[in-house]
Amino acid sequence: MDRSNQPSPYKDKAFKRSAWLFLFLICLLGVLVMVSLASGYLALTPADIWRTVTGEGTAAHELLLYQFRLPRIVLAVLVGTGMATAGAIFQGVTQNGLADPGIIGIHSGSGFFAVLYLYLLTLNQDQPPVWVNTGLPFAAFIGGISAAVLIYVLAWKEGVTPIRLVLVGIGVNAGFSAALLLVQLRMSESDFNRALIWLSGSIWNASWAAVLRLLPWILIFIPSALYKARVLSVMQLGEEMAVGLGTAIEKERIKLLTIGVALSAASVSAAGGIAFVGLIAPHLARRLVGGKFQRLIPVCAVIGAILIVLSDTLARTILAPTEIPVGLIVSVIGAPYFIYLLITIKE
Amino acid sequence: MEQIRKDQLTKKDTQKRLMKRLSAPHPAALILILSIGALILIMTASISIGVSDIGWRDILESFTAFDSSSTSHVIIRDLRIPRILAAALVGAFLAVSGVIMQALTLNPLASPSIMGVTSGSAFMIAVAFAFHPQSSYWQLILWSFAGAGLGTGMVFLIGSFSKRGLTPVKLALAGAAVSALLQSLSTIIAIHFNVARDISFWFAGGVAGVRMESVRLIGILAFAGLIVAFALSRSLTIMGLGEEMAKGLGIRIGWIKFISVLVVLILTGAAVSIAGTVGFIGLVIPHIAKKVMGMNYRWVIPGSAVFGAGLLVLADMAARTINPPYETPVGALTALIGVPFFLFLARKEGRG
Repeated sequence: MDRSNQPSPYKDKAFKRSAWLFLFLICLLGVLVMVSLASGYLALTPADIWRTVTGEGTAAHELLLYQFRLPRIVLAVLVGTGMATAGAIFQGVTQNGLADPGIIGIHSGSGFFAVLYLYLLTLNQDQPPVWVNTGLPFAAFIGGISAAVLIYVLAWKEGVTPIRLVLVGIGVNAGFSAALLLVQLRMSESDFNRALIWLSGSIWNASWAAVLRLLPWILIFIPSALYKARVLSVMQLGEEMAVGLGTAIEKERIKLLTIGVALSAASVSAAGGIAFVGLIAPHLARRLVGGKFQRLIPVCAVIGAILIVLSDTLARTILAPTEIPVGLIVSVIGAPYFIYLLITIKE
Repeated sequence: MEQIRKDQLTKKDTQKRLMKRLSAPHPAALILILSIGALILIMTASISIGVSDIGWRDILESFTAFDSSSTSHVIIRDLRIPRILAAALVGAFLAVSGVIMQALTLNPLASPSIMGVTSGSAFMIAVAFAFHPQSSYWQLILWSFAGAGLGTGMVFLIGSFSKRGLTPVKLALAGAAVSALLQSLSTIIAIHFNVARDISFWFAGGVAGVRMESVRLIGILAFAGLIVAFALSRSLTIMGLGEEMAKGLGIRIGWIKFISVLVVLILTGAAVSIAGTVGFIGLVIPHIAKKVMGMNYRWVIPGSAVFGAGLLVLADMAARTINPPYETPVGALTALIGVPFFLFLARKEGRG
């Protein structure tokens, strides 16, 4: 077979365009990271950063940069990537532009299990063992999966319609939030406050350990999402078409949802429930590069990272010295966007 | 002959006939009286149950021969009674607001908490705490009304911008988004102005520590609101048949809608100012009341008021007794009841 007649994917115009766009977004992210490194209650000049990076800075700057700002920004990038990709997967699988893991209860499911896990394991223990934190993403994952299964089962009535899925998701979200409140109240006051801040989405206590806990999840599941992107694209053609093209649709759906839940749960376990990232990033990405998931997922991931880094920078500076949980900033940006989508969406 | 008779019927007569045909299949009045009796029983029981159990004799004596040196008498007078009255009032307000909202929008998912009205109130209370920390309780209520207006206004604005109006599903989504936005803003304000503790109470919802004077204030306000709601009941029933029909029967729709929204704002605002955001009562109770009382709002509205009061008094009793001596937020408990109900409605509604 002569392959030269087939159009090479790398010469594809749309591909080229999205590749450039991707590069541009990466650069934008880089600039934002720089700005974010420099800004905060203790402002650093670019020269300060440069001196610190080359090893000629003061010890204080080094501490600030390497132990506080940098892990925080890296965590923001990872969380943004994970949540945005998870959002793209959820929107693709449910074929519903409003399916954000934060709105449909995946986040609160993860949060509930994570808090329950912490509560049960740290009961009567002043100094919890180290492995407790490593297990946290797994607990969150189980919670996210339970929420997803619950939503799917409850929304099932001779099949699942996208809109019912979201509606049931809102209910499940409220249920998990209420259950969460009940668990939280059994905690001591300091634990309660910590849980509250963590749950409203915050990365201000980021450390390299937290980054290391999240990294493997991102490194495993983002490539798997990319690997499955083709299937997602096929799914957009409609169920019948996808089956006709030889897709085992239920199986693929379950695999994809598992990937999505894993990404969102791991992100939640690191940064708490940040809603709306999984909603906005895929939408913006679709505007920019169209609905093909092979192109959409990478762009979406970078947009997610940009969104979180930007929001985190705002959260640190806007009312300094007060630190606002980043999730709140994202909600303030995201809710109007969600409403805008709601107004313009075709049923 | 028949034709002539029909022509002679005035609009008022047609309305009356219609009401007769719509009245409950079973004696709604009897149910109402029975449930009022049950409510009184629950409230009395609720006085005796709590962290410290109080005997019936003490309760009786605290009314007939009040002794300020007796601890249980003081508990009854200063803690339990205001609290139970507040729970009953708040439950009634939220339920009636829910009924009116569902009747106005012809939307089974409409209710104060789902539409973001309670979040609006809580937001304005947060603003009041941050910028006018010396607000009196009276001023706080006004802030709360304004906030209820803000929340409702936002949701209705979204509705008027969407192409095909607010379907039940869109309404729930818009409400969720508006709530998320307002809650985030309130939390930001709370954190920045260091009033998070005061405000988290308003978001968890609860009637612990309510003082008698606020109950009195709210009671007067809301009594007026409930009477207006009752007066609206006939028009609401007829509007339930469709706006065309209602217009034909001489209902001034715009006027009725305006008054109804006002009543909703007053009732919800009053409820939030005293108990914070207690969710789902305004969703669940109207549906139950309609099942029990039929479609005539003349019975549905008082029925909802009584049922709502009963539910919240029970929930508050549970909140006190589940984990003593700690208080469980009532909002969490009503959510646990309300969520399955919401899911049930969502399954029914989410067809499209």
